[in-house]
Amino acid sequence: MSARPEPLPNTGFPHRHLLGTEGLSAGEITFLLDLADSYVDVGRDAEMKRTRLRGRTVINLFFESSTRTRTSFELAGKRLGADVISMSVAWSAIKKGETLIDTAMTLNAMHPDVLVVRHPESGAVKLLSEKVNCAVINAGDGSHEHPTQALLDALTIRRRRGGLAGLTVAICGDILHSRVARSNIYLLNTLGARVRVIAPPTLLPAEVERLGVESFFDMRRGLEGCDIVMMLRLQTERMQGSFVPSIREYFRFFGLDRDKLTAAKPDALIMHPGPMNRGVEIDSEVADDIDRSVIREQVEMGVAVRMACLETLTRDWHAAGAGAGA
Amino acid sequence: MKPIPATAKAAEAVAYVNARLLDPASGLDGRGALVTRGAQIAELGPQLFAEGVPDGMAVIDCGGHCLAPGLVDMRVQLREPGEEHKETIETASRAAAAGGVTTLVAQPNTDPVVDDVAGVEFVARRAREVKLVKVFTYGSVTRRCEGAELTELGLLSEYGAVAFTDGLRAVADANVMRRALSYARTFDLVIAQHPEEPALATGVMNEGELATRLGLPGIPAAAEVIMVERDLRLVELTGGRYHAANISTRAAISRIAEAKARGLRVTCDTAPHYFSLNENAVGDYRTFAKVWPPLRSEGDRAAVAEAVADGTIDAIASDHSPHDQDSKRLPFQVADFGIVGLETLLPLSLEPVHRGQMALIDLLACLTCRPAEICGLAVGRLAEGCAADLVLFDPERPWRIDPDSFRSKSKNSPFDDHPVQGRVLRTVVDGRTIYQADA
Repeated sequence: MSARPEPLPNTGFPHRHLLGTEGLSAGEITFLLDLADSYVDVGRDAEMKRTRLRGRTVINLFFESSTRTRTSFELAGKRLGADVISMSVAWSAIKKGETLIDTAMTLNAMHPDVLVVRHPESGAVKLLSEKVNCAVINAGDGSHEHPTQALLDALTIRRRRGGLAGLTVAICGDILHSRVARSNIYLLNTLGARVRVIAPPTLLPAEVERLGVESFFDMRRGLEGCDIVMMLRLQTERMQGSFVPSIREYFRFFGLDRDKLTAAKPDALIMHPGPMNRGVEIDSEVADDIDRSVIREQVEMGVAVRMACLETLTRDWHAAGAGAGA
Repeated sequence: MKPIPATAKAAEAVAYVNARLLDPASGLDGRGALVTRGAQIAELGPQLFAEGVPDGMAVIDCGGHCLAPGLVDMRVQLREPGEEHKETIETASRAAAAGGVTTLVAQPNTDPVVDDVAGVEFVARRAREVKLVKVFTYGSVTRRCEGAELTELGLLSEYGAVAFTDGLRAVADANVMRRALSYARTFDLVIAQHPEEPALATGVMNEGELATRLGLPGIPAAAEVIMVERDLRLVELTGGRYHAANISTRAAISRIAEAKARGLRVTCDTAPHYFSLNENAVGDYRTFAKVWPPLRSEGDRAAVAEAVADGTIDAIASDHSPHDQDSKRLPFQVADFGIVGLETLLPLSLEPVHRGQMALIDLLACLTCRPAEICGLAVGRLAEGCAADLVLFDPERPWRIDPDSFRSKSKNSPFDDHPVQGRVLRTVVDGRTIYQADA
């Protein structure tokens, strides 16, 4: 079978896949955000079903458990009229038998239009994308990237603040293992925001400053003058005396509570990719503050952003008239 | 490779004329001829056959190319017994022959581990049956390479184990290492170490910006020098003989240089990928560049190249580590570590020579007499009475590496399409031509 033609370069997003935010231009990001913005109202309509992706097939392939990201992609696809199938596969079972490449080839033979893939290993989604003929969206690979999360964060900020340029954003928590942090660092820098990371050195990756951030070990100093505070989820299994000594010590020094938040700008927004560990990285009082916390809004933007990504990555095939499996 | 009939018969004399003779052990580098009789070098020199070759002697015209002792590769993983789908003693021997390697020393990390006399004898027997290159083996320092109980170093060496190492595993326990170095003095044996502090070496590539961007756990350069420093203290304490394998960092090189200056009995080696590639070869999750220790920063790469040129690094080994496709076509973090190297050892090692960093004869010392000396092997020399193990090569001939053409069962090389200069033309073991390049 012949590969489909490459997407046309004049569509605003000249990429076949969405594997990360590293390397995307400001124009490409803005293109996706503008389209996503137009889909926010679709989600709020009583009659929200659209038909742009009618006849298209989206397969969600999750090698790592996830509820919200998978549901968000499912809804995004369905609201655009696509047929969406979700598969959860235990990576531990795959590792011993069928290889990742076999799985990719099998699904490829069913001619999906988009594969949405989450995988616990960094680089696995890229490996898979090299073996299939359809568009691939990275829904999170190991500690590498989670581009739709960064896009939905950017959309949330943009709608609240009008833009990202010139804002100071602090990302706090387990930067070392976080794909959300990496995707956000690249995207925010590209759109002209200043990025800080705040964590104990055990949770900061080597030479993180080279990614274009300022790093802080002291939460109050790091939060000083910030417009946006992004908290990251801390895996509790990393807390028992390995990367940090205990949950209570972590919360004492790195958990976001009202007291530490006073260091940030008075109108600073609080974000979290979820699911939250209340009392570990974030205090409930702060998380539920309706004036400051935009955590639920992030979830809503997630669907809009994923609609924009699904549409963009299928649009070009349509234009070229080469949609296989239709 | 079928032996070439003209040179196959024992005790027959073969004249290699019109050669550039290179013997790093004696410093000989000049035009001349060499004659082998049976399995030995009978005579060599600039004036030999000046009056013409006597009748009845087979003649090989070297075409002005380099004739040197066959390469001695002091670190090869054979995978037999246990993982014959990746490599066997036969396929590794064919790969060695094509790479100009006439003697190789196998790592003991097979399944089962070469930790008893039967293991040593198995390798020797298979090598005799294959009858291509000379295959020796390390014995493991500890049983099953588990780092706890010492193996029978004395008995193993009596049966032919040339040195001792736990392969890719560092002997982590300081007391076990102390006893190994100390006990090995009884028989004047070398303990070769894979010097990485295992608790720090849990990542999959060099620690730094690239690992951070790729979201992969890194191995800090310090993991190497920490183990080297500890081991050097133990060498000082015990008076043992120590060899650090696969040196990849500037810091470790400078510690080893200091130890040598202090008169400790210390040697070290590296592999071509540590001076011809840096961590950027990992690029976009290229698992073929996943190797242990990891490819390092550009600064460390340059330091390894300098240390090869100035002689701080005694030997270059291929670090031949065959892996099948299924072990490499995986997400980076779960793919196996290792690069195949037998067939690229010479051309990649010639890079510092072509860059003008060192003389050809000094480079050849790293590939012949010096590793032979470390392992106590009477090979790697071009002299009367020595084994007729030879490599004929053209150091200038340009080509591009093509892993698909490898004799090795495994093709896991990051040097696909890498341009190199230097081609093996003929490989001779005990007077027998076992490899000849296509014209």
